[in-house]
Amino acid sequence: MTQAVRGAAIRLAACAKSYAGNQVLSPVTLDIASGETLVFLGPSGCGKTTTLRMVAGLIRPDAGAVFFDGTDVTHVPIERRNVGMVFQSYALFPNMTVAENIGYGLRIRRVPKVERVKRVDEMLRLVGIETLRDRRIDQLSGGQRQRVALARAVAPRPRVLLLDEPLTALDASLRERLRIELDRLLRELCITTIYVTHDQAEAMALGDRIAVMTQGSIAQIGTPGEIYFQPANRFVAQFIGAANILEGPIEDGSLRLPGGSIKVANPPSAPVAVAMVRPEEIDIVNLDTAAWKGRVDTAHFLGNRLRLTITEAAAVPITVEVSNRLDDLRSGDQVGLAVAEHAVRVLDE
Amino acid sequence: MKARRLLFVLQAAFTILIAAFLIVPAVMSMVAGVTTNYAKGVSSGLTSAWIFQVWDLYADTIGRSILIALATLTCTLLIGIPAAYALHTIGGRTGRLIEELITLPLAVPGLAIALALILTYGEFGAFRQSSLFILAGHVVFTLPFMVRSIIAILGAIDVQTLEEGAASLGAPPWRRFVDVVVPNARPGILAGSLMVVTLSLGEFNLTWMLHTPLTKTLPVGLADSYASMRLEVASAYTLIFFIMIVPLLVAMEMIGRRSSKTGLLL
Amino acid sequence: MPRRLFVGFCLVPLGIVVLAFFVLPLVRLLQVGASGADGLAAYWAILTTPRYRESLVATLALAIATTLSTLIVATIAGLFLQRNAFPGRSLLIAMLTFPLAFPGVVVGFMIILLAGRLGLVADVARILTGQRLVLAYSASGLFLGYLYFSIPRVILTVMASVEKLDPSLEEAARALGAGPWAVHRDVILPALTPAFVASGAIAFATAMGAFGTAFTLAGRSDVLPMVIYTEFTLNANIPMAAALSFGLGTVTWLALALARSLGGSSVAATG
Repeated sequence: MTQAVRGAAIRLAACAKSYAGNQVLSPVTLDIASGETLVFLGPSGCGKTTTLRMVAGLIRPDAGAVFFDGTDVTHVPIERRNVGMVFQSYALFPNMTVAENIGYGLRIRRVPKVERVKRVDEMLRLVGIETLRDRRIDQLSGGQRQRVALARAVAPRPRVLLLDEPLTALDASLRERLRIELDRLLRELCITTIYVTHDQAEAMALGDRIAVMTQGSIAQIGTPGEIYFQPANRFVAQFIGAANILEGPIEDGSLRLPGGSIKVANPPSAPVAVAMVRPEEIDIVNLDTAAWKGRVDTAHFLGNRLRLTITEAAAVPITVEVSNRLDDLRSGDQVGLAVAEHAVRVLDE
Repeated sequence: MKARRLLFVLQAAFTILIAAFLIVPAVMSMVAGVTTNYAKGVSSGLTSAWIFQVWDLYADTIGRSILIALATLTCTLLIGIPAAYALHTIGGRTGRLIEELITLPLAVPGLAIALALILTYGEFGAFRQSSLFILAGHVVFTLPFMVRSIIAILGAIDVQTLEEGAASLGAPPWRRFVDVVVPNARPGILAGSLMVVTLSLGEFNLTWMLHTPLTKTLPVGLADSYASMRLEVASAYTLIFFIMIVPLLVAMEMIGRRSSKTGLLL
Repeated sequence: MPRRLFVGFCLVPLGIVVLAFFVLPLVRLLQVGASGADGLAAYWAILTTPRYRESLVATLALAIATTLSTLIVATIAGLFLQRNAFPGRSLLIAMLTFPLAFPGVVVGFMIILLAGRLGLVADVARILTGQRLVLAYSASGLFLGYLYFSIPRVILTVMASVEKLDPSLEEAARALGAGPWAVHRDVILPALTPAFVASGAIAFATAMGAFGTAFTLAGRSDVLPMVIYTEFTLNANIPMAAALSFGLGTVTWLALALARSLGGSSVAATG
């Protein structure tokens, strides 16, 4: 086992940040448990990187405080916070070899040479790059650099690990492969980890919890399952996976739509509601007995699924994903639709 | 097409003419430096006598110029590297303003700077009459080149992210400077160094005013020889100067080619 | 040590050197300039006294003539070199940029070799007309000298700019029917104008402040730097020398400021 140090519990207390009159981060309060991996997910400009750099100590919040294990570290600069950081561009030192890069944090902490070499070797093994020990940085591929950056950040046994879009600079297939390795690594290390990304597949795969951010504040925070199945509002619903947004009046616990009516899981007290349904939750059923009907506009065979655009079922066209075995649906066909009650979630805008 | 061909030939001829204008006298001077009698031409025979005569008369100026150039280099490195780092870090309007200030010596004619220095330090006899006085002038004049060169490379290597990386590993500011900033600024430091040495060796406008009979540099000696010596001696002296700066120019060209950014600094 | 303090320390050596050996002396220069018999009026002498005014005009004329000629020469040669590949191209470029490091005195010497009493031009003229033609110590000789040190610098800048030209603009012009002359006139030269302004201003500034070349070609003593020199050394009229230096410095600085604002941070060097 490589990690003997427990990760720190992090607390952000009403931290806010503005640049030149623009509020980049609205006051955010957040608790991250020791050893947890929290993913900040959101489009560019949402404030996720700002939050990360605040936890790192690279920027100071205009208001609020940052705590590590109950100690206020707001005014402690990054070099004394004992965090490990992986930058989007990796920030590897071109003037040092791979081993020297990885050992740099240990050198600063005056770890004796013998122990330092041992630890560097351990890191090289951990990320699987033993053969690259004495290479120069410019001789490495993107995936190799990423691994060196990770090894370097983790070598000094930080209590917090911060990753700023570490896979964004890589191509798709490499990203997928490294994501799996990262997942294994993070589980093994048990450090408190904050991971920033705009890629929702990454977020779902790696996070114990996900904080979805938009325009400087957190839209929702929860486990991947909670975020996916119980989005709090329209933004989260549409940012994670595809979502059909259905609006209409509520009558007897059902949502009335142009194509019929569907039962709702958590009917609100208001007369009108906005609900979301995931495409894969809608089934095609017998037209005659269906309570909700629509007309097929397009049908795309995607290989593992069939994606349909259905009009007339709601005020806007909806997307439905069904089994790839249904091959007799043509544009213009009228179809019956059904969706389970628990899959229709009312959103608080 | 005929017109195009003609245009090419005309342009080529023009360019060669200009190149000849620049090079022919240089070649002539190199040849004159080893010709027994210039008026008679190369037919009078080749000799190294003039070069030896130059050595007798002016060896001290050559040595002094080299020493001052190296001293200027040392000073500009020690002053310029940290300053460039600071200016790059500060950035924004303040940084640019300070950069403008240190570039002012290039706008003010060497003559004026020299005059100003003499008026200010003329009374400090020992300083005024030593090579240190010339050194001061050279440093003021060449510093902008070193600083500019390093600022350019710092911008190119995204030094800020590298520093953040080192900081995240616990390195305090001076450690980051020594371990990460300076080693990665090497190309800019090299280009700046070559520039400073070349400029110092050839500096005349300032040095002519600042020198005393005991602190003559090579260009000052050259001016002397042009005025009072035989053409052959003056040419031999110039030949020695050429031999000294050609390697520097070649090195600068090679570095410039490896990185087009520093090349433009010429 | 906190970062700000460290950065501050980094600037201290620079601060000391610049203050002690540049700012302070310049202030003293200003002071001395106003300390002569005429007081502050000395600063206007550059415009009011006929001798100085003529010198200023002569220097300006020389600098402008040098700048324009150099730009024309550098454009023709620069375009040619940058756009054609032929054996010996690198050699030609090296020959054109070699004089970059020559101090003004050496340039003066080159002109003497070329156009002095024993010079090439003299010999050629003797063969053609029977009479030696000695140009070096006249106005044309000085002009040739100024051309000599300006061309290498400006050619480099022009070549760098030609390299950056977007070829698709020329291709578009040609597709619309423009012949080579029209393409040059309407596309290439306008695109090079920022480079012309920048390097032209630097050539101008260098020519204004050039001393070594005029010094060697001793015949002429009416360029401003030489006038300043004689005021200081021969006439011991220090205040006037100081005031004139300040005037010269101001004109030069204005030209360079113009260059910077109109584009680019190229660097001036020796003169």
